[in-house]
Amino acid sequence: MIWLAWRQFRTQASVAGGVLIAVAITFLLTGPHLAHAYDTTVLTCKVHGDCAPVLANFFARDRLIRDLSRAAILVPALLGVFWGAPLVAREMENGTFRMAWTQSVTRSRWIVIKLGVVAAASVAVAGLFSLMVTWWSSPFDTITKDPFGTFDLRGIVPIGYAAFAFALGVTMGVLIRRTIPAMAATLVAFTAVRVAFTEWVRPRLLSPLHYSGAFTLNQNGPNEVPGKGQARDWVVSSLILNKRGVVIGSNGGIGPNGEINLQPGAHGGTTLVGVGTCPETIPPPTSTGVHSSGPAPLNVQRAVQKCLNSFHLKEVLTYQPASRYWTLQWYEMAIFLVLAVALAGFSWYWVRRRLA
Amino acid sequence: MLSVDLPGGPSVTAVLEAEGLGKRYGRRWALSECTLSIPAGHVVGLVGPNGAGKSTLLNLAVGLLAPTGGSISVLGSLPAADAAQLGRVGFVAQDPPTYSGLSVADHLKLGARTNPTWDNELATSRVRRLGLDPSQKAGKLSGGQRAQLALTLAIAKRPEFLVLDEPVASLDPLARREFLQILMETVAEHQVSVVLSSHLVADIERVCDYLIVLVSSRVQLTGEIEDLLSTHHRLIGPRCDPSSLPENQHVIEESHSERQSTLLVRSDGPIMDPAWTIESLSLEDLVLAYMGQGRSIDATLWSKDDE
Repeated sequence: MIWLAWRQFRTQASVAGGVLIAVAITFLLTGPHLAHAYDTTVLTCKVHGDCAPVLANFFARDRLIRDLSRAAILVPALLGVFWGAPLVAREMENGTFRMAWTQSVTRSRWIVIKLGVVAAASVAVAGLFSLMVTWWSSPFDTITKDPFGTFDLRGIVPIGYAAFAFALGVTMGVLIRRTIPAMAATLVAFTAVRVAFTEWVRPRLLSPLHYSGAFTLNQNGPNEVPGKGQARDWVVSSLILNKRGVVIGSNGGIGPNGEINLQPGAHGGTTLVGVGTCPETIPPPTSTGVHSSGPAPLNVQRAVQKCLNSFHLKEVLTYQPASRYWTLQWYEMAIFLVLAVALAGFSWYWVRRRLA
Repeated sequence: MLSVDLPGGPSVTAVLEAEGLGKRYGRRWALSECTLSIPAGHVVGLVGPNGAGKSTLLNLAVGLLAPTGGSISVLGSLPAADAAQLGRVGFVAQDPPTYSGLSVADHLKLGARTNPTWDNELATSRVRRLGLDPSQKAGKLSGGQRAQLALTLAIAKRPEFLVLDEPVASLDPLARREFLQILMETVAEHQVSVVLSSHLVADIERVCDYLIVLVSSRVQLTGEIEDLLSTHHRLIGPRCDPSSLPENQHVIEESHSERQSTLLVRSDGPIMDPAWTIESLSLEDLVLAYMGQGRSIDATLWSKDDE
């Protein structure tokens, strides 16, 4: 029976193997150069005092491969759609289950072995892919120090996603019994679950920490916990309060991405919409987007900061510290693996008891 | 042949026994209250109109379907109860499915890897005799070749009971004849009990020695074909009232013109009345008569339902 499961899976497996090998070759050809460039230019830029151009140069390297490596986010979905959904659906659609289930192999054993063989392959493919992407991207990741920015693409969570996507695909195939609709349903359901999980579950996996302090402009924007370690924390939400402790921002003073909306006051000075007016006059441009390209001139920054200081604003951040990165990775992977096992169990039950 | 004497128990002489068997899809019953017994050591033809429940019955027999009601036992145990039971029953499905991406040789390997009782010599010699190219993908075979491949798989696992669900329905006449020919050879060679469903009486006549007519889940007629043909007659004579016939003659079908009556009767003894011209029946006449009878029973059931 293992032979049959493998024989039916052989073509799909060789396609995946081919893609993995192509990616591995690409990474092996470019990765060592990246690491070398990192060691010789980025690591020494502080000594030479030319960090800005060196970093700009470094990030211009292998831009295409870097963009393509983001496609790793699609790997679990593809496994679910092309390996999971057809596993049983194609047998139902073509009627071949009638041949398969009347050999001397019980249905229970048939589905367990098919699930086992292809699930193992899915996990292996996703794991290898993530391993290669994580290794290749490490110089960039070391510079950006933003582990949560690439949380879904690195480490061990792709393994959980792949197992889940595969089991979800099988379940859809078992329920819908037709290949193409099952594939479509798998894609929709998987995307929905992933988005919902990222949006609502991941921030609450561990109870988040809170920071509150004076609102200051800093290099990386307002949504950053100041004075912390090496890597960026994951700020789940931020609130800015005026000196009476009332939340501002929603009424236009400070936008959702930290844009500070300062306008010339009617009677001189500068107005922060919805908060108040300070006596300082800000040299134009008066609207400073923190994330806009290029930092504002130094005199503008100082004037803005002085104006903001006069309002005694406070910011309250809810965040997951960078030190929890691996804990969150393990939790998320484990949850998706549990979901995968539950779906596989359901498929097993359905094939054994309900199908045909 | 298949009678197994269990210590202290009754001997098992039926390969299939169904009791009040039913299968429902949603609110529609594909088979309901079906009670029948298929004897061992025969090639049994299961005929009936479309929708009679033949396919459902056979799928229940091989365990592809689970009954909604009633009970079924095949070779003395539940269908598809375990691997051993699966190995004892061979199945060729309607429009026999094969894996289009797998070659003929792959299919034989599939059979070998999934059946401990696999007879590889039988399988390879059959494939050779059929002239199938082992490296040919099943998707490229003709319908007849695919059916032959499916039959090879079902036979080479050396089952005690072979179930064929309209195996030749989609084949052209030549392929159909070849298929049935090979089936007959196999049966003769390996002493296997067979049930074969078809709505074509000619196919049944060619290979079967036992007949079951199933109409709307009810068995209308069952018995060895030879006996059935010798006990059924067409009587043609002057117009009469069928109820005037002797006790041992049962009218299956009657038609009357002004002067003449034509009766299809089952008679347990010889027909003595010299007024009748006695004609023998073809199997097709017989089957059609009983199917018609089933339909009229059905019609009365319907009118009852409507009240």
